[in-house]
Order: sequence, then structure tokens, then C-alpha cells
Amino acid sequence: MANGIAADSTYESYLAKKGFTAWALTTDHKRIGIMYLITISFFFLLAGVTALLMRYELLTPELDFFSTTTQYNVAFTLHGSLMVFFFIVPGIAASLGNFLIPLMIGARDVAFPRLNLLSYWVYLVGTVILMTALAQPADTGWTFYTPYSVETGTNVILITLGVFVLGFSSILTGMNFIVTVHKLRAPGMTWNRLPLFIWASYATAILQLLATPVVGITLLLLIMEKSLDIGFFDPAKGGDPILFQNFFWFYSHPAVYIMVIPAFGIISEIIPVFARKPIFGYRAIAYSSFAIAIISFFVWLHHMFVSGISETAAAIFSFLTMLVAIPTAIKVFNWLATLYKGSIEFHSSMLYALSFIFLFTIGGLTGVFLGALAVDVHLHDTYFVVAHMHYVMIGGTVMGFFGALHFWYPKWFGKTFNELTAKASWFLVFVGFNVTFFPQFFMGYQGMPRRYATYPEQFQSAHVLSTYGSWILGLGIFIMTVNLIAGIFSRKVPEGNPYKSLSLEWQMPSPPPHNNFEDIPIVTDWTYAYGKK
Amino acid sequence: MSIENRDHIEEHHTNIWSYVFVLLALFTLTAFTVLTAIKVDIGSLNIVLAMIIASVKASIVALFFMHLKFEDKLTWLYALYPLFLLFLLIFFTLMETFTRVPVLK
Repeated sequence: MANGIAADSTYESYLAKKGFTAWALTTDHKRIGIMYLITISFFFLLAGVTALLMRYELLTPELDFFSTTTQYNVAFTLHGSLMVFFFIVPGIAASLGNFLIPLMIGARDVAFPRLNLLSYWVYLVGTVILMTALAQPADTGWTFYTPYSVETGTNVILITLGVFVLGFSSILTGMNFIVTVHKLRAPGMTWNRLPLFIWASYATAILQLLATPVVGITLLLLIMEKSLDIGFFDPAKGGDPILFQNFFWFYSHPAVYIMVIPAFGIISEIIPVFARKPIFGYRAIAYSSFAIAIISFFVWLHHMFVSGISETAAAIFSFLTMLVAIPTAIKVFNWLATLYKGSIEFHSSMLYALSFIFLFTIGGLTGVFLGALAVDVHLHDTYFVVAHMHYVMIGGTVMGFFGALHFWYPKWFGKTFNELTAKASWFLVFVGFNVTFFPQFFMGYQGMPRRYATYPEQFQSAHVLSTYGSWILGLGIFIMTVNLIAGIFSRKVPEGNPYKSLSLEWQMPSPPPHNNFEDIPIVTDWTYAYGKK
Repeated sequence: MSIENRDHIEEHHTNIWSYVFVLLALFTLTAFTVLTAIKVDIGSLNIVLAMIIASVKASIVALFFMHLKFEDKLTWLYALYPLFLLFLLIFFTLMETFTRVPVLK
């Protein structure tokens, strides 16, 4: 599909240079992508451990593992904050986006390589601030709702400052990717030939650029209220606590799509390769990413249906929320149509992609329940919401992320992992995830509230099942991690293009050369022209 | 954007007098902000007046110092879309606040 790609076997790979400074001061987008990948994976595992501790506490109705309920509150605050702000928001967008966007569009690097390195270091500074806050961690949950976040004696300021700093990394990365896609596409790489991962990354970058400043300012206002006693959110000083929720969710609902849209892009890359068929409804999938990015700014109030907001506003936002389901369903139907009559190969990455479709559909449909005003009043702040959110975030984003890890692994490292072990770990992850979170729909429906360390005995059997599921899930992720790390040290060298993919990044040697392309390629065909003669 | 257009833009960027004019305008507006804060009292509209002056200053900075005046339509779109989002945020937040029914009287 492209001319001008170097196939010289004596090239110097991007991994060739060794040493701390060769990595820490690199402006190579691939190295920065790998650094993001390692960092976010560390925080994912750390947040996963806090989740296991919480699930262990919930084995019994009484408080027995943690000494106080505040410790439990700290655990779920850490879990949520680490997962959301340190793993899932920067996760796919920054790590995979950095590595893949220039390769997929035929560029030698991103538009602003130094700014890209700065983005990573700003991200790292944010993580250091957060880790400092662990000495006296907050107990507010990841949403930092006022008035509790203002009143609590725990260290809200430091953790929100960490998130504030992280926001700059997100904004800079988003701007870099937007300019890269506009200015650095190879000749012939028209908008209608762009890989769908690029479309998804572009839509995500818009959200990163335009939504993130709002949460940054919101958290700054919270810090000012807490430290300078200014009454933005305190009614006694003329403020409004609901104002915080408005500001917070104006960012944080679009942020849900910052988390999941890149995963849509990954699924759109994996499915045609292993179904050996052109992607069905290319333009519909591409444009639906934009539709989601735009509509996501119109729905934030559905997080506040029981916060005491006006019924008029609640009814309007319940209707607007339903609109998001349309472009999302367009994607799911097009993926299914791509699979129809395909010659499907069940590679481990394809298993994760198929899991994504199944689990994300459950997450999406239960989201429609929660968007319906009357139903939400009953289900709000119950385990139903916890289950829904995890079906979207883990069933969606994390499954997409795991799929990407297995799909592009040979491209990143020029090595491969044990495929049988990968499939076994996928099975454990899939089963463990469903055993953990599916019972939570029923618990929530029956009235079990979220964020409680103790609970009535009637919920114990479901909690025990959920905790057993978390152990299976943890085991699956552990085996997957060991398998992927072992793959780096293995001697197995895969073929240059092991999946016979038509995408540009697979037309070059693995791992890629330092400057990607000796000559900028000329793209002559569509990325998904599988089955054409 | 063509090479010719880019050269055309560079010409505009290097016009020193436009920068001097903008700088003087910003100084004048800053003085105006201080003067109105001290001398003018129009009650709750004080904040509106201050915000209008601040918006004019921000627009001048964006147009000339940040070169928005010389950019293409796509850059304008990226510059103006956040203003639309700001409008959304303010409009719906106020709409929600003003349509609340008091629970206690």
C-alpha cells in the first residue's frame, strides 16, 4: 500500500542506544511512547493492588481487614485516582498514540518532539506530587466533591495539585497530536485513507485539548477554597457546592471518552486484520468518533440527577444523554458487520477485541439505564453504577489496551510472547472480570450502596463471589504481565509483518528504525483493503 | 496552507509597529480597568464592566501577539470552539440554577 519504505536489514533500531540519558532526554516518539507505557502500567498494577485490598475487606460484612472506615475510604480514593488520572486518561492516548501515530501516518516523528518529551516529564512530576500525597492520602473518592473535600483533614490539596499538573501533560499531548495529524501525513495519506486509530486519536486529542483546562481550573478553585478560605463552593460564603459538580463533570464526562475512544480505534485496527475483511462502514466509524466527542460535552448533568438539581435540567439532560448511544452503537454494529462472513483467526489480541465488543455493549446498555432519569434515581450511587463503570472502563478501555499490547508487541520489541499463555491469561481475565463485576449489577439493583466498608449480611454471598472473581482477574493479569515481560527476553523473533496487516506501521522492520522512514512513503491504497485483488 | 501564504503571514508578523500599537492599547485598557474600579460604581454591573475590558484585552493578545488574525479557518475554529463550550457550561449551569424549585420556604 505504500512506496518508499526502507527494508534494509542493517538498520539501527530505535532501541539500539542504551543508557539513562538516551531514554530520559530522548525526543523519539517511540521511546517516549514506551516510557509512558511502562509508567502507566506501573500505576495500573498499583491501583489494581488497592482494588484487591478493597475486595478482600468486602469478603465479610464487618470491618476486619482495614482498621478504620477512613482507611477503606483512602483505599478507594487511591484506586479511583490512580486508575483514572494516572492510568486510563493518559493510558492509550499517550502511550500507544505516541508510538503509533507517526508510524501510521508516515511521519518521522510528532510535530513538536521536544514538547512531547516535556509532556512526559510534566506527567511524571504530577505522579511524584501524587506519590508525595500518599503520606497523608485523601479520602474523598476520585471526584473530590465539595463540601466534604473542603472539610476533610486529609491531604486533598496535594492530590488535586498532582492531577492539576497532569492536566498540562494531557493538553500538550493533545495539541501535539492534532498538529501532527494535520501537518505530517505522508503524501497520499488522505483523510479517507487514515487508519481508524488515527481518527480515534484525533477525536481524543480534541477532548484532551478543550476539556482538560476546565478540570484544571476547577481543582485550582478547590485548592484556593481550601487554602485561602475563598467561598466558591461554600453556601455560607456565597458559593454553591453544585457548582463544583457542574465544573467537574463538564470535564469528567468527556474524559470518559478520552479514556475509551482510543480503545475504539484499537478495535477497529485489530478486527479487520483477523477477520481478513475490509472494515465495514469506515466513514461511519470515523465520523462517529467525532460525534461522540461533540455530544459528550452536552450530557454532564446526568451525573447529578440526585444532587438536588432542577427537574427541568434533569429531564433535558436525560434526553441528551440518550444521543451518545447512537454513534456508539454505530461503531458496534459496524464491527459486527466486519466480522460477518470473515475468515476469523483467534489470535490473543483478537480475543481481547471480541471481549471488548461483548463487555462494552453491556457497559453501554447499562449506561442507557442510568441515563434514564427515573431509573437513575433508584440506581444512583449503588453498585450498579460501579458495575456499569467497570464494564465500560475495564471491559472497554482495558480490554482494548490489553488487545493492543498483544497486537503491537512484535512491532515495539521485535520479539514475541508465548501465544498459548496469552490465551490462557485472556481466559482468566475474561472470566475473572465477569465474576467480579456481573454480580454487582444485582447488588446495586437491590440497593447496595457504593463506597461502604461494611454492609448488611444479605449482600455477603454476592460480595464473596465478586471477591473470588477479583482474584481470578488478578491472577490473569499477573500471568499476562509475566508472559509479556518474559517475551522481551525470549529469543523468538517474529516475522516482520506477522499478521499480514496492510497498515503502514507493519510495512517497516520491527522494531522500527530510529527515524522511522528512510524516505517518506507515498501511500497508494486504503489501509483496510483486505481481500482485494 | 501554501508556501506563499506562509511568507505572507511572516510579513505581517514582523511588522513592529503593530506590536507597539497593541502594547499601548493593552496599557491603556489596564489603566482603564484601574480607573473604572476606583471611580465607577454601577453596583452588580461592576464585574460585567471589568470582564468586558478583560475580554477586549484577551482578544487583542490572541489576534496580534498570538497571530490569530493571520491564521487559517481551521485555527480559528480551534480558537472559537472553546468559547462555544464556555457558553454551554455557563448557559446550562445557570439554566439549572434558575429552574430549581426551593424545597424549603
